Amino acid sequence: MSPKRSRFLFSSLCFGLAFLYIPMVLLIFYSFNHSRIVPIWGGFSLRWYKVLFQSEDVWAATALSFKIAFVNASFAMALGTLAGLALVRFGRFRGRTLFTGMITAPLVMPEVITGLSLLLLFIGLQGLIGWPAERGFTTITIAHITFSMAYVAVIVQSRLTGMSEDLEEAASDLGARPFRVLLDITLPRLAPGMLAGWLLAFTLSLDDLVIASFTTGPGSNTLPILIYSRIRLGLRPDINALATIIILAITTGVIIFGWIMLRQQRQREREMQQAALS
Amino acid sequence: MTTESHHTLSHQPWLDPEEKPFIRIQGVTKQFGAFVAVDSVDLDIYKGELFALLGGSGCGKTTLLRMIAGFESPTSGRIVIDGEDMQDVPPYERPVNMMFQSYALFPHMTVEQNVAYGLKRDGVAREEIRTRVDAMLEMVELAAFRKRKPHQLSGGQKQRVALARSLVKNPKVLLLDEPLGALDKRLREQTQYELMNIQDQLGVTFIVVTHDQEEAMTLSTRIAVMDHGWFQQIGTPTEIYEFPESRFVADFIGSANMFEGRVAGHDGDVASIDVEGLPEPLKAEHTASLREGMQVWLAVRPEKMRIATEPFDDSSLNSIRGSVEDIGYYGDSSTYRIRVNPGMRLEITHPNLRRPRDGRHVADWDETVYIGWVPEAGVVLTR
Repeated sequence: MSPKRSRFLFSSLCFGLAFLYIPMVLLIFYSFNHSRIVPIWGGFSLRWYKVLFQSEDVWAATALSFKIAFVNASFAMALGTLAGLALVRFGRFRGRTLFTGMITAPLVMPEVITGLSLLLLFIGLQGLIGWPAERGFTTITIAHITFSMAYVAVIVQSRLTGMSEDLEEAASDLGARPFRVLLDITLPRLAPGMLAGWLLAFTLSLDDLVIASFTTGPGSNTLPILIYSRIRLGLRPDINALATIIILAITTGVIIFGWIMLRQQRQREREMQQAALS
Repeated sequence: MTTESHHTLSHQPWLDPEEKPFIRIQGVTKQFGAFVAVDSVDLDIYKGELFALLGGSGCGKTTLLRMIAGFESPTSGRIVIDGEDMQDVPPYERPVNMMFQSYALFPHMTVEQNVAYGLKRDGVAREEIRTRVDAMLEMVELAAFRKRKPHQLSGGQKQRVALARSLVKNPKVLLLDEPLGALDKRLREQTQYELMNIQDQLGVTFIVVTHDQEEAMTLSTRIAVMDHGWFQQIGTPTEIYEFPESRFVADFIGSANMFEGRVAGHDGDVASIDVEGLPEPLKAEHTASLREGMQVWLAVRPEKMRIATEPFDDSSLNSIRGSVEDIGYYGDSSTYRIRVNPGMRLEITHPNLRRPRDGRHVADWDETVYIGWVPEAGVVLTR
């Protein structure tokens, strides 16, 4: 490789990384700014973290967001797994292609349209049967499940497609009825995919602003809605502090998760090597 | 003497008209869309047999095995096991167990749990499960590995767990899909004899699917050679090797020198066959009914030919002159490739009975040699 080319690659790398991370570094930097006006440096302080921790709105919004994300992820995992199983393991049934298309549609549908249609549904239902009486936790969670389960279904589907049916057949050959095979063999093997789906659904829900703002009602603010509504009134330093905490939490989570995965993989490789040697 | 003749019959139950077949496959066809994987085959397998389904990939042998296990249902025809029609019997209720080519061990269970799985599903009492699993692990010599997970085992150990798992339920029939396929040569030979031992001990009927003719020859009581969804020939290893009924079988099992020609005449049960490019007709003993002028093929195994540097004295021998084109040295024997004419090459296997003299065994490269064989050595084939 010529030195010229490697210098080009190196500068591309630096540019790419800078593009990705400078905004976040700036945000973290300004969260420690004492000054009330964000772009003007007023010295280092933890003032806005204090403000943040005393703000009840923020705590309520965070709690609501996590509650929604948790319930959403759990339901989306269950429903998405069932859908994925139906798509891959039930053989050909009438309308399978249509079903596949309908499952994946929420992935490409603009969020605005998903949000709007769900809002119309909730209003219609309220008029018809009086439920949901008010929009908030329940409606946002239902809305999130509808699109999250599509992601889970796709993950489960791709994992199942790569899995040979040998093990299921072996279990059935040994006398396990179909439901037993599902419990004993299919689900345990799918567990990593289901966990990945759960985590994805959880993050998607925490992230979502558009659909949540369509389906929420007065008084129910999720974290993204809260941040967005405050920012509309101008940049605020306490929001920087909040964002910094979120970045820190996510980074820690990813590092711990990655470390555990790596350790497990190494352990497994070691054991396989030992087995091959014995 | 009657007891002795009965004894031989019990070892070859297919010859005994009184004996009832244990597995009957009657007119079974399996189609996948327009593709016919198994084409209306009939087969009777007897209790205690070690039956091999032999064929290349895509010949339908695995599909047939999967139909016996219940993973595929025949498009038409019947499969009867021990007198019971298997038509509507799901895999989990059939009296058969299968050992998969991939072994299909449950990765999240230990060796012990894998072996116990089938017994648990049958609701066998805990104590009994324990003793039966123990006995099985003892038999396959894996008692020390009971707490290991499949990924902590070597290929041969996995194979033995798979075997133990499929035998622990005492199936009436054990199906084995390429059981030795994933093992290296040394382990294969050893496992082969272990399988035969176990089969002998337990008296279970084995049906083995394999593409390896050597494996089929050494393991089995009978072999069905499959091609394009149907049986080319069914017989004992000796029958298949020494009396092939078609060019396909002669070629697929072992190797054979094939002469294409026309029947020139008869002398008792010895026919003479005109082969293009050879000065004299070839003599061959036969049992088939042959007409003069009929197109036939004469198959001669490489080890049934002699090679010499001088012409043979014996005029009853078929004799062909050629030159050595290539020599393959295997230690115990050598394979000579002889060029007879531009369109004909023969392969002769010759045992190396003594150590080489002057650096050569029988003949050297490019040397003129004579190939001879007795009329009983070749097989006349009409298809």
